[in-house]
Amino acid sequence: MLELLDYPFMRYALAAAVVTGVTAPAIGTFLVQRRLALLGDGIGHVALTGVALGLLTGTAPLLTAVVAATGGALAIELMRTYARTSGDVALAMLFYGGIAGGVLLINLAGDGASTLNSYLFGSIVTVSPSDLAIIATLGGIVLAVVAATTPQLFAVCQDEEHARVSGVPVRLYGILIAVLAAVTITVAMRTVGLLLVSALMVVPVAAAQQVARSFRGTHLLAIALGLVAAVGGVVTSFEADTQAGPTIVLVALGCFAVLAGVRGIVALATRRGRRARPASA
Amino acid sequence: MPVSPSPAGAEPASEASRPPVLRAQGVSVDLGGRPVLDAVDLTLHQGEVVAVLGANGSGKSTLVRAVIGLVPFRAGTVELFGTPWERFRDRARLGYVPQRSTGTTGVPATVREVVLSGRLARRRLAGPSRRADREAADRAIDLVGLASLRRRPVTELSGGQHQRVLIARALASEPDLLVMDEPLAGVDAASAHRLAETVETLVHGGTSVLLVEHDLGPLTRVVDRAVVIDHGRVAFDGPPEAAPAEHVHHHPHSGEPSRVEPLPHEGVV
Repeated sequence: MLELLDYPFMRYALAAAVVTGVTAPAIGTFLVQRRLALLGDGIGHVALTGVALGLLTGTAPLLTAVVAATGGALAIELMRTYARTSGDVALAMLFYGGIAGGVLLINLAGDGASTLNSYLFGSIVTVSPSDLAIIATLGGIVLAVVAATTPQLFAVCQDEEHARVSGVPVRLYGILIAVLAAVTITVAMRTVGLLLVSALMVVPVAAAQQVARSFRGTHLLAIALGLVAAVGGVVTSFEADTQAGPTIVLVALGCFAVLAGVRGIVALATRRGRRARPASA
Repeated sequence: MPVSPSPAGAEPASEASRPPVLRAQGVSVDLGGRPVLDAVDLTLHQGEVVAVLGANGSGKSTLVRAVIGLVPFRAGTVELFGTPWERFRDRARLGYVPQRSTGTTGVPATVREVVLSGRLARRRLAGPSRRADREAADRAIDLVGLASLRRRPVTELSGGQHQRVLIARALASEPDLLVMDEPLAGVDAASAHRLAETVETLVHGGTSVLLVEHDLGPLTRVVDRAVVIDHGRVAFDGPPEAAPAEHVHHHPHSGEPSRVEPLPHEGVV
């Protein structure tokens, strides 16, 4: 298995997977807590238009994607704040606009289906050292900000009105969460692709919730599971010769299934135990 | 004149020199283009427990949400601790207990984690909790009688226990004014009595309490003054036992469900 470290491209791929696996659930936990699990998908779609703009203008797609994704995230957050009733419709329109714009512009740029595929579903083995530098820098920034503001983000996601009465700048933190999600999506774009990026933000959190009882426990376990899924997925894809992005997502879903099973067995055993105790006494 | 800003003889002389904890004057609120409150006055002095009563749709919740800044008001002024609302920054002095929603967030959180989030007004923009924050949270949990459930996820609690968590969260910032929106909704009798005891303890410590309710129940004995809101106006302001009950109960959707009342004239076997 260690032979995969002999290939430089696999070393870059694994490094990118580590950054993605840790960063995505770190911010994803707050999206799930806020019941915005699909926000990542919406931003991912918008980021595709950003990638296409980069290809069209000859700029690094990673950078144009950050700009487009951040813009999309701000648009969603502002629509959520000021036009609450149509929040999900606004999100849906961003989905369509992002994909349509992205596909149209990528074709205009003269790139074909394989380029599109590499951004939609990831192409981790083509990560270059300069890509890795950008991914690591952005991922590091997201993790540092999340670590510093976790109590505030928790309060805003837990009860927005209470946070507002407490004098917490709720809108500012809402925008911060959206921007962090946008940057994370760009970080994860090369690893799992824009269509599956949200899975790495949501599935490890859903898996962690099966066994964790506290927010902190869920947060930390989700990050650990994200890391396991990302690294495990890259290794499996190398051994089994599959595409890395979908493999990572399937490993994450596998973690969810196992932990949901563990939870079920524990719940069953507890109920049996409770029933057995009065009888033996 | 529905209410005088400072009821004569209702307070000790020493209170007169101090600004009221809360002074709302002529507050009018429109929601969705419809007038909900019309020139309402409300004053709360230090150590006072005031209950805002009224039927559903009377505007009682809106009044309380307006004075703490959750609902914008079209006209009027609100002062907290003598400072106009727009310039009031000392948010830790204000503890808020929202109406308990049955909806939960997507990620589990323990009693202690939720209560600790009530300390935010006393914290900086970023950074971990300090020892003082954790100690204040634990004191608040003890005060509402949930010490043994500290590490439980809030989703595993009963309605009454969950309500006590929200009260503890408001108390964690050690507020001088506690504002509670329907604290008895969905709360069992034991928790309701516990809540009355908690309010008594707080008032002994100098805290003022403003609460919105349909029916005061066990809280009646701790309430100093009742303000009844009817159709967006103050219909009564005085001792709770003298509050006109028909203003609270005449609305078909207010108060207890009608089935708890006996039906003596129904000819059903």
